[in-house]
Amino acid sequence: MRKVAVIGDAQSVLAFKALGLAVYTPENPNRTRNQLDACAEEGVGIIFITEELAAQVPETIERYDYQLTPAIILIPSANGSLGHGLAKIDKNVERAIGSNIL
Amino acid sequence: MARLNVNPTRMQLSILRTRLRTAKRGHKLLKDKQDELMRQFIDRIRANKSLRLGVEAELMEAFSDFRLVSAMMSPQMIEEALAMPGTSLGVEIEVENVMSVLIPKMQFVRTEGNLYPYGYGSTSAQLDEAIRKLEKVSERLLELAQMEKATQLMAYEIERTRRRVNALEYRTIPDLEETIRYIRMKLDENERATITRLMKVKDIIAKEEVS
Repeated sequence: MRKVAVIGDAQSVLAFKALGLAVYTPENPNRTRNQLDACAEEGVGIIFITEELAAQVPETIERYDYQLTPAIILIPSANGSLGHGLAKIDKNVERAIGSNIL
Repeated sequence: MARLNVNPTRMQLSILRTRLRTAKRGHKLLKDKQDELMRQFIDRIRANKSLRLGVEAELMEAFSDFRLVSAMMSPQMIEEALAMPGTSLGVEIEVENVMSVLIPKMQFVRTEGNLYPYGYGSTSAQLDEAIRKLEKVSERLLELAQMEKATQLMAYEIERTRRRVNALEYRTIPDLEETIRYIRMKLDENERATITRLMKVKDIIAKEEVS
């Protein structure tokens, strides 16, 4: 069994702790990066990360894009959705098909 | 188109012919793979998009509840209330093969327990509400994770396949065809040269015999 982790600001993601997920609240991009890498090394299956934090470390996230695990999934934060998650879907469509058909 | 740098011999001709046959077959297979991947990808990506929109909305709702909690309770108290979760949640990942793309199949593994691991005296009711909502959305969140990873991996594979198809279609196959044509011309030319040479020699011999 693999763990499921949530990375984000405390305001948004602390409540996930009650569900039994591993919650991390790094204070700066460097720590976010380290936390992502540490999670991946540990064999965490899914990492949910808020769009705000994800936007600060795009290269790190991209690195895991084409690996089977971990699945890094963007979620909105308490401050609202930035649309990055949807933009990522559109990017995939464009990459696969050549133009955005959605 | 560039002609390959080979000697125009029969041997090379037959080697190139085999290569052309293989390239054409590979092209057809890859093209089929690309089409099928594309079909599956489009199915999935549509579902993915609507799922994401739904999940995001539900999450926002849970978060806004949690925000109220943050307003009513101090961060330390929240931290303390959630310090020892009563349940744990893991994920079992199996690998599924779709047109040679490995995509994950995820399944939550829950241990049953108390979802609200705190005393009700010192916490606000909004916290219960936020957690209940999160719990509700968690199953769909997993589905989203699985689907998004799958579409991502498929998008990558489709791109790769397309490059390979194009390379075969616009580079390898025309190059091979041109080289084969070139060798054939060259061999034919040689043959004609030999015939004329023989005829010439025959003429010379005939002339000498007469004189």
